Amino acid sequence: MTKSVLALAADDIRAGRYAGLSIGAWRWLAAGGAVALAVALPFAASKYQVFELTMVMIYAIAVLGLNILTGYNGQISLGHGGFFAAGAYTTAILMQRYGVPYWATLPPAALVSFVLGVLFGLPALRFEGPYLALVTLAMAVAVPQFLKYFDTWTGGVQGINLIKVKPPSGIGLDHDRWLYFVVLVILVLAMRVAANLLHGRSGRALVAIRDHPIAAAAMGIPTARYKTLAFGTSTMFTGVAGALAAIVIGYVSPEGYSVFLSLSFLVGSAVGGIATIGGAIVGGLFIQFVPNLANDISDAAPWAVYGLAMLLFMYAMPRGVVGSLEPWLRRLSRRIRPHDAAMRK
Amino acid sequence: MHEFLQQVFSGLASGAVYASLALALVMIYRSTELVNFAQGEMAMFSTYIAWTLVNAGLPFWAAFVITLAVSFLGGMAIERVIVRPVENAPVFAAVVVCIGLLLIFNSLAGFLFTYTVQDFPSPFPDRPVLGALMTTRDLGVIAVTLVMLALLFAFFRFTTTGLAMRAAAQNPESARLCGIRVGRMLAIGWGLAALIGATAGIMVAPVLFLDPNMMSGVLLYAFAGALLGGITSPVGAVVGGLIVGVTENLVGTYLIATQLKLTVALALIIIVLVLRPNGLFGTAVVRRV
Repeated sequence: MTKSVLALAADDIRAGRYAGLSIGAWRWLAAGGAVALAVALPFAASKYQVFELTMVMIYAIAVLGLNILTGYNGQISLGHGGFFAAGAYTTAILMQRYGVPYWATLPPAALVSFVLGVLFGLPALRFEGPYLALVTLAMAVAVPQFLKYFDTWTGGVQGINLIKVKPPSGIGLDHDRWLYFVVLVILVLAMRVAANLLHGRSGRALVAIRDHPIAAAAMGIPTARYKTLAFGTSTMFTGVAGALAAIVIGYVSPEGYSVFLSLSFLVGSAVGGIATIGGAIVGGLFIQFVPNLANDISDAAPWAVYGLAMLLFMYAMPRGVVGSLEPWLRRLSRRIRPHDAAMRK
Repeated sequence: MHEFLQQVFSGLASGAVYASLALALVMIYRSTELVNFAQGEMAMFSTYIAWTLVNAGLPFWAAFVITLAVSFLGGMAIERVIVRPVENAPVFAAVVVCIGLLLIFNSLAGFLFTYTVQDFPSPFPDRPVLGALMTTRDLGVIAVTLVMLALLFAFFRFTTTGLAMRAAAQNPESARLCGIRVGRMLAIGWGLAALIGATAGIMVAPVLFLDPNMMSGVLLYAFAGALLGGITSPVGAVVGGLIVGVTENLVGTYLIATQLKLTVALALIIIVLVLRPNGLFGTAVVRRV
């Protein structure tokens, strides 16, 4: 008895295989394809496009930080631009005053923004919902003034110019492409760390605290510790992104860290999907490219587009692009998971 | 001593403005439990409307009244069209929609009126009174605020609509069963908040000058005032706003540089929320879980 091709394919799917490969192999193939694309892209793009893509990845890291706090833990922050600035200025001051090489400034920048986040997270335990949003908004508004005031350290209004990063000799990459790969590695690392953090025990604890803090506490989750650590971890991601931005742009100044920076992270997060990891990349693309497109219309247009995007996404797609696609993708992969096939027998 | 009193009185004048905006925030919070982050930008936009009318040749007070009417209707429209869909949504959606509104008003003002800083006429002459303790301009700002408060109080205390609005805010279900159009009351609440905000904007514009970003600092102080007074209490908002105005002036004069003004607002907000989250006059919210 011969089976048709379709029937054979159906057998394959039931056995958790597709076109002769297991679903795990397909996942590795997809990941490999994505990495190959990311590696090949800078060689096909112009120098400026490479810079833009680098900024996309930096914004993605920052938005990922915000997603951990706001999306998974439900603590709304409108002030992540402040922690972005903390990372950026740590790097700038270390490089310019103490001559520290750029790569060595990343751990201190991460540490500084982590500690600041924890310090901010402690009083934040007492603020719920809109109050935390309010406090963080106040912080975001105050940041530029603060940076201008302590001008012995921050260079005041003039800001700080950074030494241009030299790529290691003999590697054959220019400045922009080298930094692209540095940021790419850190982005992949950040997403991996976030996935491990959020898809396990601690992630479930964070979500439980978000959805029902009292029930979470009753189940024995130390809510205060988790919330503070979520704050610190989140600001650490964003602070590292700030440090990378300082290195890539080569310049920091108070006006670059206005309240609107924090709000653009919020837009990126809402557009990509607040409770997702992949959404951060969509958010980064949105932050980097949409204002440029809108800028052709008028100076004011980028912010109007941000505002409209916020309203539209909250009405039509509150889970964001990736968050809305996720159930659909899960349904697709569930159909070909061996575990489910076994259940059906 | 004389200088100290001078600072206190000029603090009261800016405090009156913060009190108005704080009152607008409290109105919206009481009826819809939303913290309206766009309140400052709405007020800024109203002020631009007044500025356009004055520039078109209207007398100041006529422009003032027309602006208030337009703001009232605009506030109602915003509640109906934009805020209504997220009134019962999670906090995140509500916050994002308010921030979206903030950005839209800010960029709309920048688009229509450009980002150049504009002069705004003051209806009051600038003469020293009370032995040079304050100026007539400060006095005028305080007087306008007080009149507005008195009118609001009378509205809520003596009119049927005012009573219905209080009922709708306190217990929407029962109010609806009594035949009160709760949705309409919420819209009127937003309209009134926009009107109060417009007054605050017009009063503060001669001092701060008019530009699309002028209200961000004022909004922070208004938040501080509203929280200090207790975000559920209108009386508290006024008292809190005045206290914040005076504190801001005294701290700016005697303690630290004025360049750190916004940091003072941030510190005030954090201190109030940590030490006395219900404010001076607010009631603790007890939730059933």
